[in-house]
Amino acid sequence: MEITLTHFLLISAVLFSLGVFAVITRRNAIMVLMGIELILNSANINFLAFSRYGGMNIEGQMAAIFVIILAAAEAAVALAIVLNIYKRFNTVNVDEISILKD
Amino acid sequence: MELKILNIGILTWLTFLPVLGMIIVLLLPKEQKSAIRWTSLFSTLVQVIFAFLLFAKFDRSLGGVNSAATMQFNELFNWINIKSSSWFGIIKIDYYLGVDGISMPMVFLTAIISCIAVISSWNIEKSIKGYFALLLLLDTGMMGVFVSLDFFLFYIFWEVMLLPMYFLIGVWGGPRREYAAIKFFLYTLLGSVLLLLAMLALYFSVSVIDPVTGTKIHTFNMIAMMNPANFDAGSLLAGASTYWRYVAYVAIFIGFAIKVPIFPFHTWLPDAHVEAPTAISVILAGVLLKMGTYGLMRVAFPIFPDAAMYFLYPLAFLGFVNIIYGAFCAMAQKDFKKLIAYSSVSHMGIVILGMAAMNTQGMVGAMLQMFNHGTITAMLFLIVGVIYDRAHTRGLDDFGGLMNKMPGYSGVMVIAFFAAIGLPGLSGFISEAFSFLGAFQTFRWLTIASAFGIVLTAGYMLWTLQRVFLGTLPEKWNGLTDINARELTMLVPLAIIVIALGVYPNLMLDVMNTSANTLVDFVKGSVGLAVGN
Amino acid sequence: MTPHLIIALAVLLLPLVSFIFLIFFGKRLTKISGHIGTTFLGIDLLLAIYLFFAKLYDTAASWDFTFSWIDFHTTLNNIPLKLDIGIMVDNLTAAMLVVVTTVSALVHLFSLAYMKDDVRYSRYYSFLGLFTFSMLGIVLTNNYFMMYAFWELVGVSSYLLIGHWYEKKSAADAGKKAFIVNRVGDFGFLVGIMIVWMQFSTTTFSGIFGAIGGGKIPFGSDTWLTIAGLLIFCGAVGKSAQFPLHVWLPDAMEGPTPVSALIHAATMVAAGVYLVARTFPILTADALVIIAYTGAITAFIAATIAIVQNDIKKILAYSTISQLGYMVMGLGVGAFTSGVFHLVTHAAFKAGLFLGSGSVIYAMHNALHHVNDHHTDAQDVRSMGGLKKKMPITFWTMLMFTLAISGVPLTSGFLSKDEILAGTLSFAHFTGHSAIPFIGFFVAGLTAFYMFRMLILTFFGDHHDAHRAEHLHESPWVMTVPLIVFAVLSFFAWYSFNPIGAKDGWFYAKITTPHVVVPEHIAATPTEEFLEEVHHQHNLTMLISVGVAGFGILMAFVIYYWKKISADALEKALKSVHTFLYRKWYFDELYDATVVAGTIGLAKVLAWFDAKIIDGIVNGAGSITKITSVISGKFDTYVVDGLVNFTAYFAGLFGLIFRKIQTGKVQTYILFAVVGMMVFVVLFGM
Repeated sequence: MEITLTHFLLISAVLFSLGVFAVITRRNAIMVLMGIELILNSANINFLAFSRYGGMNIEGQMAAIFVIILAAAEAAVALAIVLNIYKRFNTVNVDEISILKD
Repeated sequence: MELKILNIGILTWLTFLPVLGMIIVLLLPKEQKSAIRWTSLFSTLVQVIFAFLLFAKFDRSLGGVNSAATMQFNELFNWINIKSSSWFGIIKIDYYLGVDGISMPMVFLTAIISCIAVISSWNIEKSIKGYFALLLLLDTGMMGVFVSLDFFLFYIFWEVMLLPMYFLIGVWGGPRREYAAIKFFLYTLLGSVLLLLAMLALYFSVSVIDPVTGTKIHTFNMIAMMNPANFDAGSLLAGASTYWRYVAYVAIFIGFAIKVPIFPFHTWLPDAHVEAPTAISVILAGVLLKMGTYGLMRVAFPIFPDAAMYFLYPLAFLGFVNIIYGAFCAMAQKDFKKLIAYSSVSHMGIVILGMAAMNTQGMVGAMLQMFNHGTITAMLFLIVGVIYDRAHTRGLDDFGGLMNKMPGYSGVMVIAFFAAIGLPGLSGFISEAFSFLGAFQTFRWLTIASAFGIVLTAGYMLWTLQRVFLGTLPEKWNGLTDINARELTMLVPLAIIVIALGVYPNLMLDVMNTSANTLVDFVKGSVGLAVGN
Repeated sequence: MTPHLIIALAVLLLPLVSFIFLIFFGKRLTKISGHIGTTFLGIDLLLAIYLFFAKLYDTAASWDFTFSWIDFHTTLNNIPLKLDIGIMVDNLTAAMLVVVTTVSALVHLFSLAYMKDDVRYSRYYSFLGLFTFSMLGIVLTNNYFMMYAFWELVGVSSYLLIGHWYEKKSAADAGKKAFIVNRVGDFGFLVGIMIVWMQFSTTTFSGIFGAIGGGKIPFGSDTWLTIAGLLIFCGAVGKSAQFPLHVWLPDAMEGPTPVSALIHAATMVAAGVYLVARTFPILTADALVIIAYTGAITAFIAATIAIVQNDIKKILAYSTISQLGYMVMGLGVGAFTSGVFHLVTHAAFKAGLFLGSGSVIYAMHNALHHVNDHHTDAQDVRSMGGLKKKMPITFWTMLMFTLAISGVPLTSGFLSKDEILAGTLSFAHFTGHSAIPFIGFFVAGLTAFYMFRMLILTFFGDHHDAHRAEHLHESPWVMTVPLIVFAVLSFFAWYSFNPIGAKDGWFYAKITTPHVVVPEHIAATPTEEFLEEVHHQHNLTMLISVGVAGFGILMAFVIYYWKKISADALEKALKSVHTFLYRKWYFDELYDATVVAGTIGLAKVLAWFDAKIIDGIVNGAGSITKITSVISGKFDTYVVDGLVNFTAYFAGLFGLIFRKIQTGKVQTYILFAVVGMMVFVVLFGM
């Protein structure tokens, strides 16, 4: 069986859904971040898949690398924030940190 | 004829001198009461001097009315000039002043009455600064109405005069001042609206060739409006004796009739007079009422000669109603001021009747009656003011026997009363007689019926005289003092005018005569001419 | 400027100067003001007499001086429209000038004593000057316009003088009444002037007469000529107190007695007669008949009233009205010269009667004052009597005047009255109106009766109160001299040396019927024929008139002197007639109930109409506007604004609902976003 674009897209969609699911359901900030990583990586898969099959060529790969770099930076900043939140509130449960809500 | 002082035309001086005075009054601190009074007096006095100058230099042989060339002391500048690309093109409004025999006596009268009003306001204490400022502004408005020859300018002055009057009655008036002031204001405003509509209709119907650009433009120039050739073919007011011309005439007529006031638009007058302070009553009766009849002569008759001739009989009939009805109403009054207010209605009826005659004697009589009524009624109101200042009541039945207590006062009073009755040798007689004589030639029976007003006038005037001045003095008035020097200063000049014009009416008549002839000839001559082609 | 013009102007203006001078300086001059006024009038009288003789010996019909006063610089009926004023002196004017100045000068003199204690002494003299000026103006003018002007001025000076004692309500009322009633007549006069001016473009006598003589009639209609003449006559009806406007004259007796003598006996009231005389050339036959009847009715009514009056001045007032009626009747029947002649003779003896009554009142007043009696009326003839001995000069002069007015031979009154009566007979002969001479003779008898009644009650018998009688004295010389002068002037010889033929005198020679310009078919009997007939009737007239006058005098003596018939019994027997006459035919009551009440009632109704209806409409319009504004305000608040508020409320409601989903949790939002996206994908993607 030949692996086609559809398979990549399906994997990517599953990964995206799992990421979204994690973002929506998890209360732990770390887990939410991991969900976001999943979403980003699903996007990466799509980029690479289009780069291979869709004629995006090098642009797809460049975008993927760009996203990876962005994800790394994002993770660093987000984790720093989470650490600080933890220091302050002694929790990383996003439901309890509602001080900005009001 | 031109007359310039410091390179500014005399009519501009006359009109804006009071504004100059007003600015100084406004700059003065309000504690400086006497400075405010003297400034006002000075500016009006200079105005009187200028008015005399104008009177002396006036060329009696020029007719004016519908001919720009025989208007005197002309000042013509382009004032507002809007070059608009929109559909109505260019709006040009001129600062166009000039006088003829119709307006000259009115200018003279306004100057004198204003000056006397300032003197009679000497004892005003309540916010004196505002009072004199408004009084002077009022003066400018009145003067402006009489000298402007541009309809738009005329209308502006007409409105300018309205507002100070409202405040002067509404703030410095008697107990029901707000009611009277609002009534006056709304009534006059109603007239103004009709006037405005008619003015706009005229504006869009008349066009002249602009000397600068050489194109045809609409104009507010009254004299241009008087020339049938200037009406655009097919415009609303073109043609002669058309429905719309009649409508416009009636609109203008009602606008002016409210001011005169002509029955049934007269009821603001008694209220305004009763509530207004003395000086304002004097101005109201002395000058403001004349604006109505002046407007008819200056605007309504020459611009709509066809309609004027068509409505001549109704006009005369209204004059008759004014005379008789006003006299009867006056007879029933118990308030001195109200009585004189109704006598004004009656006497202005003579003006209406005289001008409706549409002949020289009638027109001259009406014009002279306008002037004479101004001076005589001003005297009467001053006389009421003098007694009101002392007794704080105007009830006719509260008095009696003042003749003995106040001989000087009574002397002036007798002159004023008999002038109002129309005694020969005093000014009222000549103008009334000419008005009736003129009217008789046009409306025989109506004039006979109207002339009966002289009997009624004698009736209520003498009855009043008896109730207030004859008989015995009630105890409570033992403390009354005779007329003082200031009050004599304002009454004596008027008395002199009344006697002088009674003995030698030519002083005023020869000013009016040529213009009256021109007006009559023009109005009568225009009928039947096709307009607008 | 001829010398005559200058003198005429001087005659006219001297009294005016006196007026102006005294009105300004009189207060300071106090008692001297009377002497100043009298001096002015004395000079005036001399000038008038000079002018009189100069004119009488001059051959010109009239001296006419016209000045242009107002020029309208236009034309009327193709004639330049001008108003000229001017002075005209003809024989009639010259005679009138002397009459006016004589009476005025003597009244001035008389007043020096009569008014000496008056509070407004100088004012009184200044107004006398004003009156004399105006009266001379009427006489001297040559046009109707100026005449009307002076006519009014005379009315005003009369008003001021009647109301001289204006503290008294009756005096103030009388002045007012006189002026207003006169105004009613003047209204007609004015309309008459309007007609002639409109038709002839001039108001000068000569101009109008010339135009009518030239065949131009007002509005081209004979009736209008009659009407125009009658309208001008209206002025005379008012001023000369003719029926139905006679009611003011008796009331005018509230004025000082010398004023009554000057204004309400001799001059002003005669102005109406003068006016008719001036207008005579344009009066048509119809107009003359109406004028004659007006005069006759007036003479009759006034004479009947005079019989029963008790106030000495009221009796004289009614006799004045009656005699004025005589003059008007005389002119109406066409006896022009006789009417005017009666005016002149009447002026002398009536002024004398009034001054005589003034002298009596003055004496009575002083006597009453002495005995501290403040209730008795000093003018009531019933409280007099026996004054003959106390006041001989007054009595003898009064007797002369009474004889004159009664038409006893050798007096001036006999001459003039006879001529009028002859005229009425002639008139009856030509027109058939025999009622006129009948009334004329009847009134002549009545006149003799009531005048002698007054004379007997006042001077004969014993005084009513013996104590008071001791204080009665003859008046001072300034009062008796005028009486004597008038008495002398009431003698026939001044007018004609033939005691029974006035026609032989200068008056008839110099003052002749003017040329009548009315078209022949509507004119009265031609003057020559008329005078011819008068001549025929002359002897008959004399017989009847002396007869009725004698009978009247006899009856007066029978009733009041010999008391053969009791006056009281007579009064009781004729109670209703007496009351009717005593109440002056109820004219005042009638006018009060109709004209006065009607006018005031109408005034009240119209004032009510004005305040409630006209102003009600105005205020109603205001109220309607106000109500409308309130309603539209409510509409604005509840409907328009309600809609806006409802929208806002609605938005708020939704806000409340949607607020619930704003949890602040990112996850929720993302969930919404994802669900939303899926919904869109399902909706549009499929």
